[in-house]
Amino acid sequence: MKAELRTVKTDAELALAESYASAKPNLPGDGKVVALRDAAFKRFEAQGLPHRRIEQWKYTDLRALLRDAKPLAGPPDAAAKERAKSVGGLIGDMDARRLVFVDGAFVPELSDLAKLETGLEVRTLAQALAAGDPLVAAHLGKVVPADGESALALNAALMSDGAVIRVAAGATVERPIHLVFAATGDKPASIFTRSLVVIEKGARVMLVESHEGTAEHHINTALELIVGEKAHADHVKITGGTGGVVHVSSLMAAIGANARFNDFSYTTGGAVVRNQLFVRFDGEGTLANIRGATLLKGNQHADVTLVADHVAGGCQCREVFKAVLDDKSRSVFQGKIIVRQGSQKTDAKMMTNSLLLSDEAEANQKPELEIFADDVQCGHGATSGALDENLKFYLMARGIPEVEAETLLVRAFVGDAVEGIEHAGLRDALMEDVVSWLRARGN
Amino acid sequence: MLEIKNLHVTVDGKQILNGLDLTVNKGEVHAIMGPNGSGKSTLAYVMAGKAGYEATEGKILLDGENVLEMQPDERAAKGLFLAFQYPLEIPGVATMTFLRTALNAQRKKRGEAELSTPEFLKLVRDAAGKLEINMDMLRRGVNVGFSGGEKKRNEILQMALLQPRLCVLDETDSGLDIDALKVVSDGVNRLRGPDRAMVVITHYQRLLDHIVPDVVHVLSKGRIVKTGGKELAHELEASGYAQFQDNAA
Repeated sequence: MKAELRTVKTDAELALAESYASAKPNLPGDGKVVALRDAAFKRFEAQGLPHRRIEQWKYTDLRALLRDAKPLAGPPDAAAKERAKSVGGLIGDMDARRLVFVDGAFVPELSDLAKLETGLEVRTLAQALAAGDPLVAAHLGKVVPADGESALALNAALMSDGAVIRVAAGATVERPIHLVFAATGDKPASIFTRSLVVIEKGARVMLVESHEGTAEHHINTALELIVGEKAHADHVKITGGTGGVVHVSSLMAAIGANARFNDFSYTTGGAVVRNQLFVRFDGEGTLANIRGATLLKGNQHADVTLVADHVAGGCQCREVFKAVLDDKSRSVFQGKIIVRQGSQKTDAKMMTNSLLLSDEAEANQKPELEIFADDVQCGHGATSGALDENLKFYLMARGIPEVEAETLLVRAFVGDAVEGIEHAGLRDALMEDVVSWLRARGN
Repeated sequence: MLEIKNLHVTVDGKQILNGLDLTVNKGEVHAIMGPNGSGKSTLAYVMAGKAGYEATEGKILLDGENVLEMQPDERAAKGLFLAFQYPLEIPGVATMTFLRTALNAQRKKRGEAELSTPEFLKLVRDAAGKLEINMDMLRRGVNVGFSGGEKKRNEILQMALLQPRLCVLDETDSGLDIDALKVVSDGVNRLRGPDRAMVVITHYQRLLDHIVPDVVHVLSKGRIVKTGGKELAHELEASGYAQFQDNAA
């Protein structure tokens, strides 16, 4: 037992316990859902907020970062909804079905539920929990990491709303689904959203999440993604915004046999961002690309923690994560590839690169392999460094001004990961955003 | 066009150039020859403005303006071009993007209009064709996967597109086989003209059979120790550099 005896609770933990006690009667769901929430909150209470002595949270000490807990968000007001209209614009002119959640609550008038494609079912988590939806009963909370994350337990206890999506076997949803999570309320609040997406056998869909916040919100969001056999899922998560948001996000994905899975995390916003990705390969023959790009400045801190768990063998997985760090920003990449006993012919490669544009920026990179099979190809690499002065000189010697030379080089650095996005429009839109991020440097 | 006066340069605190003087008039091609370590590449880099090459004394005047006070990109816009001895690979930056960005940046700095896509493509197609460069190669990252010869041809392509007034070629012959040497030299010779000057830096005389210089200088221990006509290159080929190293000591 590595259970820690804890008698002292932090202010934030005490406030969360109060929030849970008072909010419980009004949270969606009854009976089984209440039992699930209670069990989850107990897990959270036992462990408390994750802190630096827990290895996976060593570089992102949530207990120290959360001095207090903001009150739970109330229903969004008109101003918050109005501001939410511009959230998610980063996807450019990509035609997508927009589902909007403001301060953790679904807003139908900002969302597009018209003419759902054949095989596509969409409802909200609040509805599904209240109605005892069988899809939610069957899957919610089933794809969790083995060691029980306390941040995730807190999400399960306090989840208010989110999207519940099912793509029926064999269906192809042409229009990407855009989940827009706008934390646009004036007053700092705690927001807990959770979504469930089930993509059945042979089905295909692209899912884009946009998270943007203003003010000093505390956001804890989770997505459970079940990708069936021979299904094809693209998932892109964009975390932008300007406020002092603390954002903890957990993706839990279970991927079936012979599937295709492309995941991309793009992070430029938030004061503290933790993107946890738990991807489990349950069947053989799957091809996966898990990539991400993080661009930070000021005092921003962003953490990508990835666990790729090869429960089944014969899958190919490529992981590429890039961080561009300016000013006093700090990035964390922790990536672990687990190859279980008997998961032969696993082909997994992980690469993480950090580009430091300032002497005061910090990159922490920790790739890990845990391999229990003997016939596998696994590898990892990590680099960090400044822009190559020789390359910059070469460009400048051709007449390209310094700022533009840097832009070209950083674009190329980030582009190496972004090119993994299959949707050309979104790929271009993100590259444009990279360029505007660079142009805004030092302004 | 180019006047280098009493140039002293240190690299990492080490004195490399010791009072170098050189005058190149427009329309002329000057060769700079010298043994390893004599300061040939340092001269090339300090002219182009590479960081770490510190001019402690002297001037490099291009049309009367001291380029030592300019950033590398400003020097390029003034018409100075360095063909690198070891052209760099830039993964993720397509050669076409690179060429277009460079050309338009220079035009902008000179107050000229940017080129349209068709105008630009035509220029590149013509120049690349003459250098036997396949257009597909130019869609790849700059110099990525290029052979040594292809990289050197790419340098000359850049030179042809940017139309500099002063070309500095640093060991352009290194790593080239005879066929590639011919293609590259022809490319350089096509750019010779009454308004353009060239400084050809080389260790061997063979490049100068193809790019025939008007003046040959011998560089040793950081200064010019002998100047002569094109026949000087042949003398050096026969006698070697040892005499100059001793003389300069």
